[in-house]
Amino acid sequence: MHDVALKLSGRIADAASSDAATDAAVLNAAALLPLVVRNLSFRAGGRSLIDALDLEITAPGVTTVMGPNGAGKSLLLRLLHGLIPPSAGEVLWAGMPPDREVQKQQAMVFQKPVLLRRSVADNMDFVMKLAGAPDVERRDSLLQEVGLLPLSAQPARLLSGGEQQRLSLARALATNPQVLLLDEPTASLDPASVMTIERIVKDASGRGIKIIFVTHDLAQAKRIADEVVFLHQGRVAEHAPAADFFERPTSSVACDYLAGRIVL
Amino acid sequence: MQDFAEAFRLAFSLVLSGDADLFEIIWLSLQVSLTALLISCVIGFGLGTVVALSRFPGRGGVIVLFNTLMGLPPVVVGLLVYLALSRAGPLGVLGLLYTPAAMIIAQSILITPIIAALSRQIVEDLFCEYDELFRSLTVPLHTAMAAVLWDARYSLITVALAGFGRAIAEVGAVMIVGGNIDHLTRVMTTAIALETSKGDLSLALALGIVLLAISMTVNALGLSLRSTAGRQAYA
Repeated sequence: MHDVALKLSGRIADAASSDAATDAAVLNAAALLPLVVRNLSFRAGGRSLIDALDLEITAPGVTTVMGPNGAGKSLLLRLLHGLIPPSAGEVLWAGMPPDREVQKQQAMVFQKPVLLRRSVADNMDFVMKLAGAPDVERRDSLLQEVGLLPLSAQPARLLSGGEQQRLSLARALATNPQVLLLDEPTASLDPASVMTIERIVKDASGRGIKIIFVTHDLAQAKRIADEVVFLHQGRVAEHAPAADFFERPTSSVACDYLAGRIVL
Repeated sequence: MQDFAEAFRLAFSLVLSGDADLFEIIWLSLQVSLTALLISCVIGFGLGTVVALSRFPGRGGVIVLFNTLMGLPPVVVGLLVYLALSRAGPLGVLGLLYTPAAMIIAQSILITPIIAALSRQIVEDLFCEYDELFRSLTVPLHTAMAAVLWDARYSLITVALAGFGRAIAEVGAVMIVGGNIDHLTRVMTTAIALETSKGDLSLALALGIVLLAISMTVNALGLSLRSTAGRQAYA
């Protein structure tokens, strides 16, 4: 586990240093790292969906959480963010449980965008007001970054799926998170929208925001991941730097998954 | 048949001539029902929102009670308010019986459960949709409540219109507590009942026409709001 952190931290630090230095609001994801998960379990309907899971994430950059359907990826993300309490075990961000204070330093983008019944700009203003007064300049800059500035007066729910997800991402970034949790944000989007979201995620990572990205798209994970956490049946089957995971997977389930064989 | 035709002709001429008695009745009806609606919206939206967003023992019972009270028989409400406001009743000292205030109280009691029950469902559904987002953003409860009420405004206005429709068309309760006193507590529905029993169909029909027109306007407003909301994808 420690090796993963060492290999990654140097690589990420190089990539991040140039961008981060120019960013007025320099972020410090390290403030919430390491993420330590100990003996985490979640049971529902008599089934164990997360089963005594242990995990330690120490390096910044993009961590992708992969695994077959039903492996517990989205559930794990919610447990990490403190949206649902575990049946047993603990999640610690820099030694702190994911309470409101920790949640305030994080942002989550859901697989199905949850947008307020307001305009694009009003959706942005809502989250910016939570942290103080809305900053029109920053709002417009974020909307520009995700390509939605010309649509800022449109009702958010009239946007296409890709646009809605980009708005969700911009809204999450408007909270100045140190950690960004993304639950399959590109599921069922067209290639152009996928590329746009990946670019935004990489930019955010470059600015020092820790990214935890749930996906089961192998090609996407290869493009964006610095490290991979592979889940199977509610447990961590493998946790490795992305290059190692894709070139030399050590677990049999990861080998089967990468080979395109059905993993149950 | 000829009598009916004559009654309709007279009714329309009463409406078109701006008959003072007719418009006094219409004005009082609107005053009573709109005031009752305002009171019911404040109480009903408040209760509906609190029940929608909070979890407490007996919450299910409260929801069942709201839903049950939606079907409150107006005459029963009238009787209860009558007993409360009569000289021997607990609120008799207020001297409100046979006044528009008593009618407002009766109508408020009738429509508050409708507004509370329907708004509770609307707010709860929308809050369920926003719940994870709000918890992720650590939105304070009062901000979440305000946001949900604002975003549900079109649906809540439709609920208010439904409450107004119920209030303005109600006859049993206002008849009992208002007494249908000419120039004091006579509203459209009680006047229609009285004039029909007297055989003066023209005034009864004229009031009926106005009542229908108000009902149609309210429904058209509701439909227009829904389509506006739909167009803007707020619904």
